[in-house]
Amino acid sequence: MPVLEPIIELGRGLFTTLRSMFEKPVTVQYPEERKPVKPRFRGRHVLKRYENGLEKCIGCALCAAACPADAIFVESSENSDEKRFSPGERYASTYEINMLRCIYCGFCEDACPTEAIVLGDQYELSFTDRKQAIYPKDMLLEAVAASQLLTPQKTEPGKFTRSVPEMKDPQD
Amino acid sequence: MAKMVSLTIDGRPVSVSEGTLIVNAAKTIGIDVPVFCYHPKMEPVGMCRQCLVEVGRPAIDRATGQPVIENGQPKINFGPKLETACTTPVSEGMVVLSQSDKARASQKEILEFLLTSHPLDCPVCDKGGECPLQNLTMEHASPQSRFLFDEKHHAEKRVPLGDKIWLDRERCIQCARCIRFQEQVAGEPVLAFYQRGRSTDIITSSEPPFDSIFSGNTTDICPVGALTTADFRFGARPWEMKAAASICSLCPVGCNVTFNTRREAKSRARTGTTTAGGKVVIKRAMPRQNEQVNEIWICDRGRFEWHYVEREDRLEKPLVKKNGKLEKVSWKVAIEEIGNKVKGNKEEVVVLASGRLSNEDLFNLKQLADGLGGEALLYDSLPGGELTTKYGVSAGTNIGDMGAGTTILVAASDLYHEAPIWHLRVKQAAERGATLIIVNSEATRLDKYAKHLVRCEKGEAAKKVRELGAAVKDAKNLVIFFGADGSSALAEACAELVKSRAGKPNNGLVGVWPRANDQGALELGFKPAQDLQAVFEKASVVYIVGADPIGDGAIKTQNVKRKPFIIVQELFLTETAKLADVLLPAQAFTERDGSYTSGERRVQRFYPAVPALGETKADYAITALIAAELGIEVEGRSAGLVMDKLAAAVPAFADITYGKLAETTEQWPIIGRADLYYGGTSYQNSQGLGVPLGRENKKAEEGSL
Ligand code: SF4
Ligand code: SF4
Ligand code: SF4
Ligand code: SF4
Ligand code: FES
Repeated sequence: MPVLEPIIELGRGLFTTLRSMFEKPVTVQYPEERKPVKPRFRGRHVLKRYENGLEKCIGCALCAAACPADAIFVESSENSDEKRFSPGERYASTYEINMLRCIYCGFCEDACPTEAIVLGDQYELSFTDRKQAIYPKDMLLEAVAASQLLTPQKTEPGKFTRSVPEMKDPQD
Repeated sequence: MAKMVSLTIDGRPVSVSEGTLIVNAAKTIGIDVPVFCYHPKMEPVGMCRQCLVEVGRPAIDRATGQPVIENGQPKINFGPKLETACTTPVSEGMVVLSQSDKARASQKEILEFLLTSHPLDCPVCDKGGECPLQNLTMEHASPQSRFLFDEKHHAEKRVPLGDKIWLDRERCIQCARCIRFQEQVAGEPVLAFYQRGRSTDIITSSEPPFDSIFSGNTTDICPVGALTTADFRFGARPWEMKAAASICSLCPVGCNVTFNTRREAKSRARTGTTTAGGKVVIKRAMPRQNEQVNEIWICDRGRFEWHYVEREDRLEKPLVKKNGKLEKVSWKVAIEEIGNKVKGNKEEVVVLASGRLSNEDLFNLKQLADGLGGEALLYDSLPGGELTTKYGVSAGTNIGDMGAGTTILVAASDLYHEAPIWHLRVKQAAERGATLIIVNSEATRLDKYAKHLVRCEKGEAAKKVRELGAAVKDAKNLVIFFGADGSSALAEACAELVKSRAGKPNNGLVGVWPRANDQGALELGFKPAQDLQAVFEKASVVYIVGADPIGDGAIKTQNVKRKPFIIVQELFLTETAKLADVLLPAQAFTERDGSYTSGERRVQRFYPAVPALGETKADYAITALIAAELGIEVEGRSAGLVMDKLAAAVPAFADITYGKLAETTEQWPIIGRADLYYGGTSYQNSQGLGVPLGRENKKAEEGSL
């Protein structure tokens, strides 16, 4: 019936509105409120450390080689027992990621032979200048826990001779 | 012509000369038999067993001596065991299977064995990315090892073998390429194996350790990262670097090199003398194949001593002396200053250039000097050196071809220190049967290869050379390397011996110059400077390019009554530069293009590797600017255009163009990125083998002399 039809439709619409007033809202009150990220979330990178505080990164630049966006720049130098940054002979003396170039694909993470570079939970990146988007090593390195020492460390000779640890396949 | 032998490899027929090894025969048709210990420049030893292949030979009927025919095909007998392709020469009718199941299984197993003692620390290894072990493993090895990881061999990882080369004992696969290189190629057996089995180590037996000017080459041919250079240590990964073809600028051999470059972060200073603030810098120098010049080798000077071009104290801006002090000015001001001062004094202009300049630079300088009616002098060459432009070796000369029948005379020169790659090549020619005669006042490392060794007092070499006259007269070919011995008498005596042979390939003079392009300067008409002090005192304008006569003590300025107007064009603030009235900053050879003429009279091109520093300009361009200011027309737009002018003006260089200089032909052994495992990390030459001079001498032969 042509006269009643619009009224029924209107009623239906109003009912939907009315119903949603009593539903739990899906909106998250960001930034006061935050949702936890998924285990495999790929946020801004972190350069990890071993328990003793030594850097995992050995400056091999394989992450840079794997990076499809050419976002990573690595330069390496040599460790010594007096000034040790990482186990083995080599460490990254320069490590930069351009967060504007990065597409958060995680290839760097896959390429890393020491599980040093890991895409973390952080997704709040903002810059007022392109140069700020280049994160140097000190911004990427994991903070040291109370039990750890900062790098460079003075280590006993002959203890940290291997660069590449034996690794297991990832579980998650 | 050697007898040809036909065989088939993996089903493909190939015909090679008798005595060729299977591995090389395969290489000629593009079949890669994996090798570790074999290297095409050295005798095979068959140590690593990586190259095992199945080899079948035609069965021969004992009664008739003819091959047995079965079903219309010759019957092939395969041996019960695999054979090493690197030690087995080809024979008629041979059938080689490099990809059969048996051959592949053995290649796989050998790699599995090698890897039990290998640390696989490719991520931190300087060879990683251009490593034959990596490549062959990816291609031939099984992805899983059946050996226990915990039983892996461990050894010392950072052993300085000398101050330039470091050894990683864990990575060595005992192929003995390094040992054999020192023994067979360099002739300095300073490396050796020590201990046995898994404990086998490379040690150096010399004092100082690894005492060889060719040591860097072992890092190129080491098929793993066991030998690496201290200079490049952790400098960059191979895939990150760009390659620029160049010519070594340190001696007259003119070795073809490749500079690997990469951008460097601001945060890092490389060595004590170089810094790089976010700039593109040279990371290392590698040899580039040119079988006629340096084969696939370079000496350690060429490999490590290019750092000077990146020194911090390079000049970056023109300077003009005001009130006794050099002040930075613009190019315009500096050139105008020159214009003002020179215009009044045209007749007494002296251009003093050194052999560090390229042919183009020197040609422009000569044009300028001629235009002003002045003199063009070459600083610090050999006395009598200009004779090489007449009697120098000519086109077709190749030390690599010399052997029995050729006499090589080395007079008053220590090739080992003055031109190391010539030392190496002359030594090899002597081993092939060439008669080596050495006339010298001091012992040299080449002496032990000499057939005749003539000791003389300093300054007496000329006399001794003349006395040799009769002895060398009958030699089929005669090449004379001469150095400095006080006066031009030596050069004249040497020239006398080769006069009648001028123009023939593998005959003539070779000057062992102090710098890379002294030959070029002489070919272009520069006169060797004599009595610089007098020249300096007489001149009203001196234009000194690339030379430091005051620092070297060739000119003393204390008691000079009237100091001329001095223009200096340099890389650094030398003693001479400090005295300049106008100081012009030049580009290093790594920042521009150009060409050098080697002592063997081969014109070779170099290309820009890194961006130019500051406001520096190429030498030829600066000269053109000055010339323009003085109203003389000199080409300065590009090095290639200068070469066109040069070729048109100088008969010896006729027809040489940048295009011709960039031409290449196929060379043996095959070197290059995909063939790392075979020849090492030396670079393939795709940017030009150069063009030899020598057409002038053809005229000489026709009797105009
Ligand atoms: S996440 Fe991907 S794009 Fe970003 S740095 Fe890593 S490899 Fe490069
Ligand atoms: S983060 Fe990993 S892959 Fe990248 S340089 Fe460091 S160790 Fe190598
Ligand atoms: S150091 Fe290198 S070249 Fe020498 S034996 Fe070992 S692997 Fe071979
Ligand atoms: S032999 Fe001469 S040209 Fe060759 S690399 Fe050594 S210094 Fe350079
Ligand atoms: S045994 Fe043939 S290459 Fe080593």
